[in-house]
Amino acid sequence: MTSVSLKVNGKSVTREVEGRTLLVQLLRDHLGLTGTHVGCDTSQCGACVVHVDGESIKSCTMLAVQANGLEVTTIEGLAAADGTLHPMQAAFREHHGLQCGYCTPGMVMSAVDLAKSHEHLDEKTVREGLEGNICRCTGYHNIVKAVLAGAEAMRSQPAQAAAE
Amino acid sequence: MSNSPANAPVNATGIGASVKRREDFRFLTGQGTYTDDINRPNQTHAYILRSPYAHARINGIDTAAALEAPGVVAVFTGKDIAADKVNGLPCGWLIHSKDGSPMVEPPHPPLVLDKVVHVGDQVAVIIAETCEQAKDAAELVMVDYDELPAVTTSPEALKDGAPLVHDQATGNLCYDWHLGDKAATDAAFAKAAHVTKLDLINNRLVPNAMEPRAAIGEFDRATGDYTLWTTSQNPHVIRLLMGAFVLGIPEHKLRVIAPDVGGGFGSKIYHYAEEAIVTWASRKIGRPIKWVAERSESFVSDAHGRDHVTHAELALDADGKFLGLRVQTLANMGAYLSTFAPSIPTYLYATLLAGQYTTPAIYAEVKAVFTHTVPVDAYRGAGRPEACYLIERIVENAARELGIDKTELRRRNFIPPSAMPYDTPVALQYDCGMFEKCLDQALNLIDYKGFPARKAEAKARGKLRGIGLASYIEACGIAPSNVAGALGARAGLYESGEVRFHPTGSVTVFTGSHSHGQSHETTFAQLVSDRFGIPIENVEIVHGDTSKVPFGMGTYGSRSLAVGGSAISKAMDKVVNKAKKIAAHMLEAAETDIVFEQGKFTVAGTDRSLTIGDVALSAYVPHNFPLDELEPGLDEQAFYDPKNFTYPNGTQIAEVEIDPETGVVRIEKFVAVDDFGRVINPMVVEGQVHGGIVQGIGQALMENCVYDPQTGQLLTGSYMDYCMPRADDVPSFIVQYHEEAPCTHNPLGVKGCGEAGAIGGSATVMNAVVDALADLGIKHLDMPATPLRVWRAIQDASVPLAAE
Ligand code: FES
Ligand code: FES
Repeated sequence: MTSVSLKVNGKSVTREVEGRTLLVQLLRDHLGLTGTHVGCDTSQCGACVVHVDGESIKSCTMLAVQANGLEVTTIEGLAAADGTLHPMQAAFREHHGLQCGYCTPGMVMSAVDLAKSHEHLDEKTVREGLEGNICRCTGYHNIVKAVLAGAEAMRSQPAQAAAE
Repeated sequence: MSNSPANAPVNATGIGASVKRREDFRFLTGQGTYTDDINRPNQTHAYILRSPYAHARINGIDTAAALEAPGVVAVFTGKDIAADKVNGLPCGWLIHSKDGSPMVEPPHPPLVLDKVVHVGDQVAVIIAETCEQAKDAAELVMVDYDELPAVTTSPEALKDGAPLVHDQATGNLCYDWHLGDKAATDAAFAKAAHVTKLDLINNRLVPNAMEPRAAIGEFDRATGDYTLWTTSQNPHVIRLLMGAFVLGIPEHKLRVIAPDVGGGFGSKIYHYAEEAIVTWASRKIGRPIKWVAERSESFVSDAHGRDHVTHAELALDADGKFLGLRVQTLANMGAYLSTFAPSIPTYLYATLLAGQYTTPAIYAEVKAVFTHTVPVDAYRGAGRPEACYLIERIVENAARELGIDKTELRRRNFIPPSAMPYDTPVALQYDCGMFEKCLDQALNLIDYKGFPARKAEAKARGKLRGIGLASYIEACGIAPSNVAGALGARAGLYESGEVRFHPTGSVTVFTGSHSHGQSHETTFAQLVSDRFGIPIENVEIVHGDTSKVPFGMGTYGSRSLAVGGSAISKAMDKVVNKAKKIAAHMLEAAETDIVFEQGKFTVAGTDRSLTIGDVALSAYVPHNFPLDELEPGLDEQAFYDPKNFTYPNGTQIAEVEIDPETGVVRIEKFVAVDDFGRVINPMVVEGQVHGGIVQGIGQALMENCVYDPQTGQLLTGSYMDYCMPRADDVPSFIVQYHEEAPCTHNPLGVKGCGEAGAIGGSATVMNAVVDALADLGIKHLDMPATPLRVWRAIQDASVPLAAE
């Protein structure tokens, strides 16, 4: 067992984990943050995407010990403390970008990073940017609409977007 | 888009309004509760050891070393299951062969005894303190296998001398079934001016809901009660099948909870072995047991879909009128009969072979075949996409052979609205539908007339452009119990609904239907808000827990609103009737003088009225009720059994462009115009259509479940090999609908929209692909039209590309 200390959604935590424990397992099983999902075992689906030091990463591809000393934001840490949705979350709701909700946390976390890392997004860049996230329900149509709208809202409401 | 203003909702949360979803907040903030998010006190973890072979005899299983491994609590095999007299998993539908004999129904043990018949078959369960410990210990279980030869496809399995999946299924045949009038069909072919023939394969698919299946079993020693949390579309069905048939647990001692479920598409209808294993074993070890599938396990243990091999012939007269359709289909059942498997290629497939057309004579023969593969059952559309694909592909080819425009040939054969209700020659009665209207609207949307110019422009760029359409019809809202029963269903197919007013006027609705993406918590609440004139915030929808909800049949076959919504509607009728009695008493008027409108009970012709909230309060504070005439309370339950199926229909059109250098097919445009009857929430309906279309596109261009024909190994067992549609593989869609033909026989006029996209999608895309390649003399391509397959077809074409 190894000790790992990191910041998750702004809180410092320390846990004893096995060397093989994945970041997603640390989040779900040790910290009870079950918003981050597991949809595959080949790092293909993106249900597990979180932000590590501000960048989106598939938390099933990272060992918990590799996150030592880093800052992790999960879907639970995205909305404001008073429950106000992050503009990207709000856009997903507004544009019906989710059905069963299983891919949603990863989709939203990927979308936030996509919006932050692009000056300008259009349908093509969104579709390519979300290539690592599989959704079986929505057919992507409304996800694309939501991400474009969410990115736009992040630009016009920078304070809320920076809340994470 | 597209909702006509005539249907504009009266209130912002009523019928016809695109109410934003009430379930979204929890999902968007990571607060959904999926089965794997639940942890029980003192819980253990199960790992299922699965067969690595498609077919093998088991000489012995040595669990000694595994039992010694760290953290291991127990290891069980088929012997333990047999010793406890645990039964096999039952099949819910009995099909009889042509000769009247019942289908062959081999046992399906939750853990095998001495033989495995597909890769992934359950061999042992290892239960440990942690999931990792269970998995580590599984490597120490020594199974002595003798590998046997395997067979994976229906045509091979039917050959003389093919390896047998089950000794009792001679020639691997499950049943040999037929439907329709053979003599009339033969006569139609005898007088035909033209016959179009087509051989096609409807490729096997893996449903791949994004949430892998999971189950937690718990036994309470104090009460003797069992609880199962499971990723199910229909918890009552699981309680009945597992309780009554597999484990012998009476229903009052078994609670099944399907919490938030991350997609189903059919694959979470069935009762699976793991549910029975964790429930049974939780009593043996006296602790809760959780099992969660890894994705690679899902690939070899979730029921697959489709897998038909078909020969079809369409007879036409000189004017292009369809005279007869003859179909022979081999349907791969896999190694065991999954819960509803036998009904899919029969009553959900052959009964739809008339499509939207007046074809007077149809004869279909279906052989269901066992192979050494994962069981096959309903997957989004279930039988109806296979029927649509066959009809729309052969109609397309017939049009090309006869030199008639594909839209014109369809028009000549559409069942006109004036012929409704229409009895098809394959046992269904369509209640309504305006087929030409959907076609016309779709043609307009895609600018059909402008296509030749777009094709020429593409050609100038060296690209092959094609346009294809499918006019589909499906039978949904499954179904009248009496019809289903006559056709072999071992269950009823009604739905339950309970509407409970609380004293202060809020309402809890209990539905036997289950939402795993379909948005019941929003759309069902709209029904209630609309009917009672109360704010949607005052309505709560409860589903997915057998201890709360009256016995219901769950969600599949686009039935939630048509059957489940109608049950709620019926319960609301009862509430209104009861409330009228109470209002009459309160207002000191005759019950017959009370009218209910927009949430108010009024004495006709007066201004004396009460809100439904006033009535509810009085119902629970019956201080001066005449108790021998009027019962307190306002809580009503209804079961709704439909009179007929519902028949959603529509036309989809796709335009594709193929790069002949690479064989890559890009979908440039995709439109769908549907008739779902009355629409409750346009936003939700459109979302359902989008999702279905992409599953159709996935089947047409990407997805394919491939087994090695020699070894029976699954070659597409992960997302590295099984090609799931991703955001950059598909375009945005134009989706419209009309509401001019509401369902004639349910109280809401609704038809169902969950499967439509998937039913028409694959045929639409493949017709467009074949259209793009038609100039090269290519008449047919089997799905999926991968770049390799398309490129090879172009290379092998009878008319070389250069010669154009
Ligand atoms: S669970 Fe991480 S990519 Fe699928
Ligand atoms: S919403 Fe169900 S997988 Fe995306």
